[in-house]
Amino acid sequence: MTKPRRSDSALSIAGLRKSFDKPAVCGLDLNVSAGEFYALLGPNGAGKTTTLRMVAGLLPPDAGSISIFGVDALFDPVEAKRIVAWVSDEPMIYDKLSPFEYLEFVAGLWGVETQTAQDRAEDLLDWLGLAPHAHERCGGFSKGMRQKVALAGALVHEPRLIILDEPLTGLDAGSARQVKNVLLERVAAGATVIMTTHILEVAERMARRIGVIAAGRLIAEGTLQELRDRAGSDGSLEDIFLDLVSGADAETGTVAA
Amino acid sequence: MSTASLTWFARHEINLFWRDWTALIVRGKAHRKIAACLALGIFVIGMHVVAWFTVTGAVDLAQIDPQAIYIFVTGCGLVSLSLMVSQSLESVTRAFYARADLDLILTSPAPSNRIFTIRICAVALTSVVMSALLVAPFLNVMAWVEGPAWLLGYFTLLSMSAMATAISLVIAVALFKLFGPKRTRSIAQIIAAIIGAGFAITMQLVAIVYFGNVSRLSVLTAPEISRVLPDASAMAWIPARALLGDPAAVFVFSMAGFGLLALAIRAFSTRFASLALSTSGVSEQSGKTRRQPSTFRFRTTRQTLRNKELVLLARDPWLLSQTLMQMLYLLVPAFLLWRNFGADIGAMVVVVPVIVMASGQLAGGLAWLTICGEDAPDLVQTAPMKPRAGLRAKIEAVLIAVCLVLSPILLFLALVDLRAALVTITCLALSAGAATAMQVWFRAQAKRSHFRHRHASSKIATFAEAFSSICWAGCAALVAVGNWLAIIPAMLALAVLGLIWTIRPRET
Repeated sequence: MTKPRRSDSALSIAGLRKSFDKPAVCGLDLNVSAGEFYALLGPNGAGKTTTLRMVAGLLPPDAGSISIFGVDALFDPVEAKRIVAWVSDEPMIYDKLSPFEYLEFVAGLWGVETQTAQDRAEDLLDWLGLAPHAHERCGGFSKGMRQKVALAGALVHEPRLIILDEPLTGLDAGSARQVKNVLLERVAAGATVIMTTHILEVAERMARRIGVIAAGRLIAEGTLQELRDRAGSDGSLEDIFLDLVSGADAETGTVAA
Repeated sequence: MSTASLTWFARHEINLFWRDWTALIVRGKAHRKIAACLALGIFVIGMHVVAWFTVTGAVDLAQIDPQAIYIFVTGCGLVSLSLMVSQSLESVTRAFYARADLDLILTSPAPSNRIFTIRICAVALTSVVMSALLVAPFLNVMAWVEGPAWLLGYFTLLSMSAMATAISLVIAVALFKLFGPKRTRSIAQIIAAIIGAGFAITMQLVAIVYFGNVSRLSVLTAPEISRVLPDASAMAWIPARALLGDPAAVFVFSMAGFGLLALAIRAFSTRFASLALSTSGVSEQSGKTRRQPSTFRFRTTRQTLRNKELVLLARDPWLLSQTLMQMLYLLVPAFLLWRNFGADIGAMVVVVPVIVMASGQLAGGLAWLTICGEDAPDLVQTAPMKPRAGLRAKIEAVLIAVCLVLSPILLFLALVDLRAALVTITCLALSAGAATAMQVWFRAQAKRSHFRHRHASSKIATFAEAFSSICWAGCAALVAVGNWLAIIPAMLALAVLGLIWTIRPRET
């Protein structure tokens, strides 16, 4: 079994390609440092979700390499999965399990020691405001509560790399704040977060670096200031993003659907 | 035409139904439409051929006492009616819980009673389809041989369906009143299962008690029964006469059936909106769990996954009702076993194959739920374990569940006849194993809630699963009586398994 090596790079992607009916990801290179909060932006159909699903081991790439904290995710997926958590925009939880049972299940899948898992689960349920509902079945939960249960599941095994695909979609302001606080707390504790979002304000406030992807390629990357410098404007991230994406559209002719 | 008239709603519903149905059959491939039409054509012609030989080969009805005919026809009609009530109770309940476009319609200025009327009529029409597929060829052949009056039987079938839907509507509304929207769906499913199997099973139990066999015909043709029932001229036989195409009886029966449905719709249509809205946001799964574990328990990854599957299976109300139905059908052989305790091997011919058949069907359903019906596939796929290990844990959960359900009757069988029990366990394991293997080979990711349409993901796998269960059941029956011909169904079952393995979709 390959032991995760010490690495400053949390995620290193090189030449990643994936096609369905048409190319979705076209030779993508991406590097995210350990302990970084990285936001991946792009228009609908740009290839963000496809990229992250390949990193999480949910889709096999056609070509390229993925390294997570030095572990080759394509060669040793089980070892890579040990240190990664994936949260999608559509919370996939079990209607007939309670949040407590769900977290016990996830901890069991990741082989977390029982007492440690329980302590973490109780903390997470508390932080996310789920403690009063810990023993209710998830079937009756709102979208926001379901998303928080899924997030708690992702964090219960203390992953070093947390990948989130539009985690704030459909959340009310209070729930979104709770989720953001938990993510920032994780980054402060040393975890790496990669998040896609269409809420540019969230990326602007939370991410240390921002990557912009269009038509399956990374078209710009850097801190907010670096992106401003590149765009030659002092505008908001929204202005910069729209400039970059329209430029990419003009170059490629179209953006993958 | 007003945009919210009854005909407008009817057209909307027919349009949706037709598109759903064709999408289910065609699934994006035009050649499937032709294949489906061909298959339907062959089925219809085949059924007419069977009906022709049955009708022309049957004894002359004029030679038989009319009362005996009426008893027989009424018995068959009641079995059909119980199945129709069972089917329509599920559909009627679903109409209250369906959310697809109901929120849109209920928030529109259109009167909700109109959509309710259309949806209830649609339930009546769909629940007649299965009976019509089986009965229509006989009606057509009788109309050809005896005269067109037999075609009136179609009206009788429709009236029966209308009656069944009205009864279901009354039951569903009563359940809402008694148990509330949280529990109605689960309880309705269980009641539907009991009604569906109940009448046929009761007749079989009566046949065992009084006539020593499992044939429902024994009850319907027994002189003891005819003595206590009214004579042929009584009003009680109007439904039977209607089924036999007597125009006056058809008229009376149709008036009763459609009248009952109209009354039920009129009585409950005003409550439809409030009942449907009461189900919105209600989940039978919400609320406190009965047992609230306060500590995590240590389990290996495989045990964790297996335990999750078993917990989800135990908390599935639809599965519970289906398993209950399987168990109800097992009641008959169990009762026969008890009656023949210590007697000859004859009873085993009935008992052994039923258990084997039930195990195959149960394993197939459970395998679909655990292997295909994974509600959090991303979570399981991103867990640090090999896909094969996860699959193995799920298969183990299926086999454990089958064993748990069937072990009481197997234990009972072992006490009566150890050899028969061994035969049953061997064939049961083969039948359940084959059904599970087929689901594994043809697995396609789906939501657990799509269980009802599991056959749509692979018709080949569903057909092969049923055929394999029948073969293993036949093999078990023949082995139980010591007949070497058992090798034939066993070879057939293995051949089907081999064929299915050969044509299984390859993983990419």
